[in-house]
Amino acid sequence: MSAVLLFWSVLIAQLLIVMAMGLAVFRLIRGPRAQDRILAIDTVYVNAMLLLVTLGIRTGSVLYFEAALVIGLLGFVATLALAKFLMRGEVIE
Amino acid sequence: MMNAAGLPLWAALLTSFFLLLGATVTLIGCIGLIRLRTFYERIHAPTMGTSLGAGSIVLASIIFFSVLDSRPVLHEVLIAVFVTVTTPVTLMLLSRAALYRDHTDDSRKLPRSRDQD
Amino acid sequence: MTRLLPYPLLALSLFLMWLLLNGVSAGQLLLGAAVAFGATWAMRALDPSKPRIRRWRVAAILFAGVFVDIIKSNFDAARIILLRSGRARPALVHVPLALRDPTGLAVLACILTCMPGTAWIEYNATSRELLMHVLDAEAEEYWGDLVKQRYERPLREIFE
Repeated sequence: MSAVLLFWSVLIAQLLIVMAMGLAVFRLIRGPRAQDRILAIDTVYVNAMLLLVTLGIRTGSVLYFEAALVIGLLGFVATLALAKFLMRGEVIE
Repeated sequence: MMNAAGLPLWAALLTSFFLLLGATVTLIGCIGLIRLRTFYERIHAPTMGTSLGAGSIVLASIIFFSVLDSRPVLHEVLIAVFVTVTTPVTLMLLSRAALYRDHTDDSRKLPRSRDQD
Repeated sequence: MTRLLPYPLLALSLFLMWLLLNGVSAGQLLLGAAVAFGATWAMRALDPSKPRIRRWRVAAILFAGVFVDIIKSNFDAARIILLRSGRARPALVHVPLALRDPTGLAVLACILTCMPGTAWIEYNATSRELLMHVLDAEAEEYWGDLVKQRYERPLREIFE
């Protein structure tokens, strides 16, 4: 009973998150300006992190947690560098 | 999904509820990313995913693994703390960059402000 | 105590993080303590300004209030996004702040950015004025009063 319930709720949650990622990718392609695209990239990173956490629940393995943490870190650094680039025109001054 | 069979029903219900809540909130945030008109409005949208969305998905994961292993599994808290601390940094830098660009390129894109200078 | 452990809060959070990542066992307790101790001593060389939390009770009340506000703000933002009929009026709001402590300002930035209804845009340190963007400006004064009464006052009590 609980296995069936969890199977379906995890599946639906993953579909919802993937839809959210799709919308963010749409904004990434559409723009219109660079800051919109960077915001979209940041959202895609956060959604990928949440997707990995749900994947961990689906497989019952705690390994995905570390992958989620790494994706979160990479997203943070990437967005920071891109925003800095937008501000100054170069990342390393 | 092999080892979820041993999970009691109440834990499965709680996990499902928080998972679906978090995923729905994240999706609404991304709908906002599409529907809102200006950049300054859109900057509000992803924070839904990083506050309530990430919070409830992490809570679902904590409930699931804690009940499954019958001991408190709390390392997912790190994800919540990490997201809460990093989101303001990136969004502040991004909105400042946007403000700077709007001031230099074309200031008519700036939204309504009380005292425009 | 202060000479032995210059930044107790930092050491405690590093220690907790180590235990959360690696699990609790006698070896990990020792290793985590060593890492926390070493990192705080390394931090001493950088000599950052040390935030001092004066009132833990106010901090706990503020934290609980912010928790509830974030959930409420999420539902407000969801309503605006899904049922938007042109009635929501986004606006930039200027708020003069009396809060000066850098840690207090950082916490305020975290609070305002975590709420979907508000976003911290810029803080001008010379005029001490905060520029923030709100998703739905019900009244120009509403958000300014909210920030000042609900968050700035307890933060000043905690940090100043």
